Amino acid sequence: MTSLIDTSPLDISHASYAMDIPAERPWSHILRRGQTLRIIDSEGQQAVDALLYCLDDPAERYSAQDTLRVQGSAYIDLGTRLVSNRGRVMARITADSCGRHDTSAGCCSCESNAVRFGEATRYQHACRENFILELSKYGLGKRDIVANLNFFMNVPIDPSGNFTVVDGISEPGNYIDITADMDVLFVISNCPQVNNPCNGFNPTPIRVMIWDPGAL
Amino acid sequence: MMSAETRHEIAEANRRRYEELRAAGQGATTKSLPDPSALDAVPISSDAVISSEDVPAGWYATIRLRRGEVLRIIDTTGRSSVSMIGWRQEETSERINCADTVKVQWTTTLSKGRVILSDMGRVFMSLVEDTSGAHDVLVGGSTPASTCATSGVASRNTHENFLAAAAKLGLGLRDIPPCVTFFAPVSVDGEGRFRWDASRKRSGDFVDLRAEMNMFVVLSNCAHPLDLAGAAASGPVTLIRHRAPAATPEDVCRTLSPEMLRAFAFTHRLFA
Repeated sequence: MTSLIDTSPLDISHASYAMDIPAERPWSHILRRGQTLRIIDSEGQQAVDALLYCLDDPAERYSAQDTLRVQGSAYIDLGTRLVSNRGRVMARITADSCGRHDTSAGCCSCESNAVRFGEATRYQHACRENFILELSKYGLGKRDIVANLNFFMNVPIDPSGNFTVVDGISEPGNYIDITADMDVLFVISNCPQVNNPCNGFNPTPIRVMIWDPGAL
Repeated sequence: MMSAETRHEIAEANRRRYEELRAAGQGATTKSLPDPSALDAVPISSDAVISSEDVPAGWYATIRLRRGEVLRIIDTTGRSSVSMIGWRQEETSERINCADTVKVQWTTTLSKGRVILSDMGRVFMSLVEDTSGAHDVLVGGSTPASTCATSGVASRNTHENFLAAAAKLGLGLRDIPPCVTFFAPVSVDGEGRFRWDASRKRSGDFVDLRAEMNMFVVLSNCAHPLDLAGAAASGPVTLIRHRAPAATPEDVCRTLSPEMLRAFAFTHRLFA
């Protein structure tokens, strides 16, 4: 499987916002139309779960199935248009130095961890807890959590249907740029999962940066 | 503060456990999956039928199922696909979850012996009979845009059917999760592209879905967006809600893997 990889012309010194997100923590920010969000996998092999909501009407949100249907393929790559549940393009992938991202595996939850890895893992922090807490700041709740993006998460699907979270291929400093086509609420959970290889069994910090339209 | 060495040991132990689970989930378990049901093998006796309806092409039906009841969906003509979403009756924020369904079972292939999970680590439905084994959980149903792309004009579609059905239960766009589509032979090729295999569709194919909790399900009889035959080719589908004997301790869906034993144990707690 080959992937399109392209680096970005954005100048780090021209970013209008930068923030380190600690391991296992959530983050959210309003991304205006034309702004570009960069997510940097600072230490490598760190899955970043993400959701997008239309700022004008959050009932319109990122839709994994609409996104995959429109592009006709199963993975998030350079050029992927992130499509809403109303069929509109919310944002697109404008640079990617990693080359492999997922949107079919969903986020970890205490409940699914208990099924997958045993009852004791019910009491480990999980992405859905992060999403619930972060979304609560905006009047949104559990029913608003849909199938999300998993940046830097490597989940090959083979022709027989085998579906496996395997070791991430992102190196320290790999990044993905997402440019907004509309004003969106962008929500991240820096994934706390320690029971599968999505974080190299060791969750680490990530960094986010934002550029205004036209900033090079 | 945990030492780096200790962290490394924990990480390595977690990796070993993951690899054991993966080997079981994709090797041993798959071997014990039952063969597909035969088209004529499991007739439903008339006194077991609770209700039955034919849904015309392009339309939808909402069905309430009590825990233990079974819904049979029959692709009468072999030219239809049926997209499904559903909610737990008592708490509609609990709903079908395609991502957990594929992740927990280590496969995107639903067939006899597999289950559909809710987002709460519980089993929503079990595929107790299935003649097809060719269903889609990745691409989803048709939309106004997809019908336009396929046929040049917007026609009746699954997205709008789900919206209408949800509204009649007091639910809305926020409540529509990714869907499962039955009789939709979608696979992912080595390059990551979706493939549609029309040769895997037959007239009379059916699935029997046993409700593992009380629920509402919505069934939308619209052509799958990857089906090149398009909406014009679709025919009616038959939905039969029926009673079935209680699951036995050896029930294949309930015993297929350690993951399924746990998922059913958590589901039973709801009703204990």
